[in-house]
Amino acid sequence: MTLLRAEGICKAFGGVQALRDCSIDVEEGSIAGLIGPNGSGKTTLFNMITGYGRVDSGDVYLNEKKITNLPPDKVFALGIGRTFQLTRVFHRLTVMENMIVAAHHKERSGQQGSGRSLNPFARAGGPATRKRAMELLEFTGIAKLAGDRAETLSYGQRKLLELSYVMIADPEIILLDEPAGGVNPTLIGTIADRIRELNKQGTTFLIVEHNMEFVMGLCDRVTVLDFGCPVVTGPPDVIRNDHRVLDAYLGTAEEDDDSSAA
Amino acid sequence: MSASRPMSASPMSASPMNASPVRANAIWRIAAAVALLAVVAAVPLTSNVTLVHVGVFVLMYVGMAVSWNIFSGFSGYISLGYAVFFGSGLYTVAIFSKHLNLTGSTVFAFLPVGAVVAGVIAIPVGLIALRVRRHTFVVITIAIFFIFQLMAYNFGFTGGSAGILPPYLNWDPNTFNNPFYYIALIVAVGSMVLAWGIWGSRFGLQLRAIRDDEDRARGLGVKTMRVKLIAFVISALIAGVLGGLYFYFQQEALPEFAFNPFLDLTIALMVFVGGFGTLWGPVFGALLLEPYLGYAQLQISNSYVSEIVLGGLFLFVILVLPRGILPTAREKLTALRAGQQRRSAAKGASPPSGMTASAVQAGSGSPSTGSMR
Repeated sequence: MTLLRAEGICKAFGGVQALRDCSIDVEEGSIAGLIGPNGSGKTTLFNMITGYGRVDSGDVYLNEKKITNLPPDKVFALGIGRTFQLTRVFHRLTVMENMIVAAHHKERSGQQGSGRSLNPFARAGGPATRKRAMELLEFTGIAKLAGDRAETLSYGQRKLLELSYVMIADPEIILLDEPAGGVNPTLIGTIADRIRELNKQGTTFLIVEHNMEFVMGLCDRVTVLDFGCPVVTGPPDVIRNDHRVLDAYLGTAEEDDDSSAA
Repeated sequence: MSASRPMSASPMSASPMNASPVRANAIWRIAAAVALLAVVAAVPLTSNVTLVHVGVFVLMYVGMAVSWNIFSGFSGYISLGYAVFFGSGLYTVAIFSKHLNLTGSTVFAFLPVGAVVAGVIAIPVGLIALRVRRHTFVVITIAIFFIFQLMAYNFGFTGGSAGILPPYLNWDPNTFNNPFYYIALIVAVGSMVLAWGIWGSRFGLQLRAIRDDEDRARGLGVKTMRVKLIAFVISALIAGVLGGLYFYFQQEALPEFAFNPFLDLTIALMVFVGGFGTLWGPVFGALLLEPYLGYAQLQISNSYVSEIVLGGLFLFVILVLPRGILPTAREKLTALRAGQQRRSAAKGASPPSGMTASAVQAGSGSPSTGSMR
């Protein structure tokens, strides 16, 4: 069953057509990959799906429900979590506080009626939330840093933190923007393992990544984007040998980098 | 990249040692706070009229700085429109007392009305100003501030530039200041407790998340506009109370003092000096600067001198202590302690500390990588 579907998305920034009639499907329970040269519109597509920009035309569906142009907080509440290419954590909050911010939505909907205390000054993050947050931090291997301010984390650790706090809301699908970018090989392995494990537990992934080994080893299906348009979609071994992919990466002149700005 | 790992490891090793004394000190802190509060509350007993008079202003500024910080400090939105709400509360109370001919201690009953009016005004103002960020937000708040000042000058019900005269309070001059002192104390302490409560709450955490990265917070389900607006209104409510109090205390409702641009700048300066976006910074800044301002007003005949000194101080803080006195001091202290610990550890242990730290971190980074492969 298709979980996330983008249909005929168009988006222009001034004269640059970042996405032109871009359609992709992500099957429930799969790990989908999205590759393409710089400026091919991958991050723009993420932004359009998650509400960080308005589409010029086209529609986005989650579980066949139209979510086009909903604001980011609503998109997140509906079950789409995302990470950013350049990590975005709350750097003056502790790692645990970062987790709690992301858990607020879940707390609210999960304990409706009986739940959250009416005292507005109650300490943020109940014991259940903190326990779950610790489990996730242990899962990603940064539990020891829970009390530290996020600004003291290394780049790779921030990537893991982003993954952890997106997960705490139990999204149906997680969009990862270059999870392996700028991360050392050991940590890349860890991240890949974590994604696989989560996928086994039922989370769907859509991953933008330049690291071919990472994408090909992880994804069930890969879509290649070029000039804002999907060129080819298929399993990794097909993509690897497709001449259009080679054209897109090695062929003609590359586009501007405008559209990939987060 | 590998070079950054040992660097990030050193704060990690320091944190557990900082965490435990904080809890052990909690009782002492509460005891110290209660003792301090008792001393502050006893000031009017000295019957020193001047001291109490200065005290009222200090406490009012503490309340203003703390409440300004609840919105601006926590959310990162620097507002120079605080006087909009101070003035609105002031004029509300002035107009009520003029038309109702209030005298005696009933005048204070209208302080909450001033607060509510200021809070209600904050809603449309916030809905407009909070659509933009950073410098644009600052400029918008200044513009709104001048609109309010102009309205106070030009509307009939505000008395124009002649202002509104307060009711005559025929209280004993020796104890005249006392009720103002205690109300200002209640507002100041109330604001501090409120700020403290908000800081660790879900609402406070959302505000601080907005300060760090508003778009990211929104992407994690935080209703950013609502959170910002609530903080803005809370800040305005306290401003309104203090405006009303100021009206009776200074016995005047004049446009240039009710809507005073200098007030906005002074409060912002106090918070920046003490520590922007911290809990104790605004209190510290107000305690430091307001006595100086009071002194300068009385002792320096040319009032511009004190303002030039303030301007110089602002420059100094921005250049040398951009984060404010308290956070910088705390940082230096932590660094000093960490340095001592490192030195004593280096004496005892055989491997260099950098090595152990990175080893610990490598372990935490990938605990199960081996088993997965």
